[in-house]
Amino acid sequence: MKEFDPKIVAFCCNWCSYAGADLAGVSRMQYPPNVRIIKVMCSGRIDPLFVLMSFLEGADAVLVTGCHIGDCHYIDANHKTKNRFEFLKEMIAELGIGEERLRLEWISATEGEKFADMVKETVEKIKKMGPSPLSPKVMQ
Amino acid sequence: MEEKEIRIGVFICHCGTNIGGSVDVPAVVEYAKHLPNVVHAERNLYTCADDGLTAIKNAIKQHKLNRVIVASCTPRTHEPLFRSTCEEAGLNKYLFEFVNIREHCSWVHMKDTEGATEKTKELVRMGVARATLLEPQEEMKIDVEQSAMVIGGGIAGITAAKTLANQGFDVYLVEKEAVLGGMLRNLYRLFPTGEDSLDSLQPSIAAVEGHEKIKVFSSCELKEVKGYIGNFDVTLLREGKEVNFKVGTIIVATGAMEFEPKGHYGYGKYDHVITQMQLEKLLKDGQLKKSDSVVMIQCVGAKGEEVSYCSRICCMVAIKNAMLIKEINPDADIHILHNDIQAYGAEYEELYNKAREMGIRFIKYTPESPPCVTMDGEKLKVEVYNELFGEQFMLGTDLVVLSTPLVQHQGGVEISKLLRVPLGKDKFFFEAHVKLRPVDFATDGIFLCGTAHGPAEVAESVSQALAAASGAGIPLSRGFVQIEAISVKVDLEACIGCGFCVEMCPYQALDMVDGKLEIIEALCKGCGTCVATCPTGALEQRHYQNNQIISQIKSIFHPVIE
Repeated sequence: MKEFDPKIVAFCCNWCSYAGADLAGVSRMQYPPNVRIIKVMCSGRIDPLFVLMSFLEGADAVLVTGCHIGDCHYIDANHKTKNRFEFLKEMIAELGIGEERLRLEWISATEGEKFADMVKETVEKIKKMGPSPLSPKVMQ
Repeated sequence: MEEKEIRIGVFICHCGTNIGGSVDVPAVVEYAKHLPNVVHAERNLYTCADDGLTAIKNAIKQHKLNRVIVASCTPRTHEPLFRSTCEEAGLNKYLFEFVNIREHCSWVHMKDTEGATEKTKELVRMGVARATLLEPQEEMKIDVEQSAMVIGGGIAGITAAKTLANQGFDVYLVEKEAVLGGMLRNLYRLFPTGEDSLDSLQPSIAAVEGHEKIKVFSSCELKEVKGYIGNFDVTLLREGKEVNFKVGTIIVATGAMEFEPKGHYGYGKYDHVITQMQLEKLLKDGQLKKSDSVVMIQCVGAKGEEVSYCSRICCMVAIKNAMLIKEINPDADIHILHNDIQAYGAEYEELYNKAREMGIRFIKYTPESPPCVTMDGEKLKVEVYNELFGEQFMLGTDLVVLSTPLVQHQGGVEISKLLRVPLGKDKFFFEAHVKLRPVDFATDGIFLCGTAHGPAEVAESVSQALAAASGAGIPLSRGFVQIEAISVKVDLEACIGCGFCVEMCPYQALDMVDGKLEIIEALCKGCGTCVATCPTGALEQRHYQNNQIISQIKSIFHPVIE
């Protein structure tokens, strides 16, 4: 049987975490090809619906990323991200998806290594956990 | 209105071997051809090169494309180029979609061609899903504050400030020290001409201090910078009091400092082990005691664990200072211990040769067996393995001078946080693009120059300063900038007037007037935080619409092939 290959959706903000992911590339840091990045201007744009929909569609993990608190390009919009994330995390746990599958990480434009590490760690962890209970691989 | 047929063209870039080396590009092109709404797919060696751009323009006409996707590098550097190419061919630039398959794929999966190729296909599929739903947009113009701030009053900052002021713009020059001049103030004479550093610095300082367009804020600390290109709000601290002003653009010229070689070659332990900067001061003050023998050691702390890079300029500094000592004392016995001399360019090569003719000796050591400095009675003793001769040399000496690299200082790190602009791995400020945008930051309206960017000599710092001033002057002279059409809009019929969005906005761009939502577009910066909170979907962000993002999510998990 083919080894379980997790699908991970990462929401990145234009200014920090997307640039951090760029820096990981520029620095040729190697990480597994399991993550799909969706760019938004600010982590504040990440509608909880996007996260839930990712899980419903079959994501094994979702990464919500943005600028560090205090470094937001939009003054304090990432505070809203933080608040929403806490509520989302509870909801994901309540729904039985497993709160470990949702991760919030603040990644600056200079933290390419942090981005690469985040992906590596998440892939490793999810491989151990197995597919999401909502994944088509499990549902079928 | 009848929906026009969607016709997407996909251009996949090899980027030489940067992408083509780890992604099977022809396979991705074949795959893309069969995705919904794609009417044309091709690959280019470099899509950003002239023939790539021409191919896009031709294909737009030939295949009547109304959406264009380029799958190549990061939108953070090349999106403006491809967008303007689309515009040149009559396509609204918001109908262009960028898929990042280099920074986010080929460069991070270099040894996994299969994985990288599959991922690239999916990324292209996501791009096609999003492109299908893109809509044309019109951009708003905003006025630009006709002034600039230059941070740092060294030779780079002084040059940038003077250049902008001479173009007729108001300049605020901010310096944390009490006097202008920066590192150059502490130097003696400059290579390759041997002119006095103050002689070359003083006229520039005088020009800046006497310039009617320049306000110099010395002994000042930068406290806060808010806003964006054209409209930065700056707060300084001067003697504990806040000073506020507005500027359109910003230049970072915060310089660097000499690495302190604590614990290297007896530095700090023996009095006569000093750095090149300390030697400059001794020479400048005429305090250098008669030194019959001098040993200089290159790359101290550099190209190793503490500082990984070559600081570029220290070889020339050592050669120049060795020659200056020879001028004072022609009989002085001078050795320069190095592992490769950086004497780039004709002038520096010439200086290096002249130094050899003067009798200055160069000994190449290997990084594996570096020199060793000890005390032998009253004299310093330097042991070094001469790679060329294949034997150990013993040098008794009066003075050991360590050539140490330039490094970032804490002030630079603070400024990076304050302006939200990045530092690179070497901790120096990180430009938007190493070749194409060497003095710009990725953030619009902020530029950099001088040793804040990395070790540089005076001429290089000055060239960079002129370039940065030219870049910072463009939006000022144009008088306006076009703001990306990513602001929010409301569907009043769907709006229930709950007002959640009003509280979310960091800019007070939303207001509830008589139970009706009003949006002040000029204040909206397009973060989209309000949209994410709208319970009815009445709010929508231009170019980052809900349906566009959802289509991307869905396309990850649904490999639809026509």
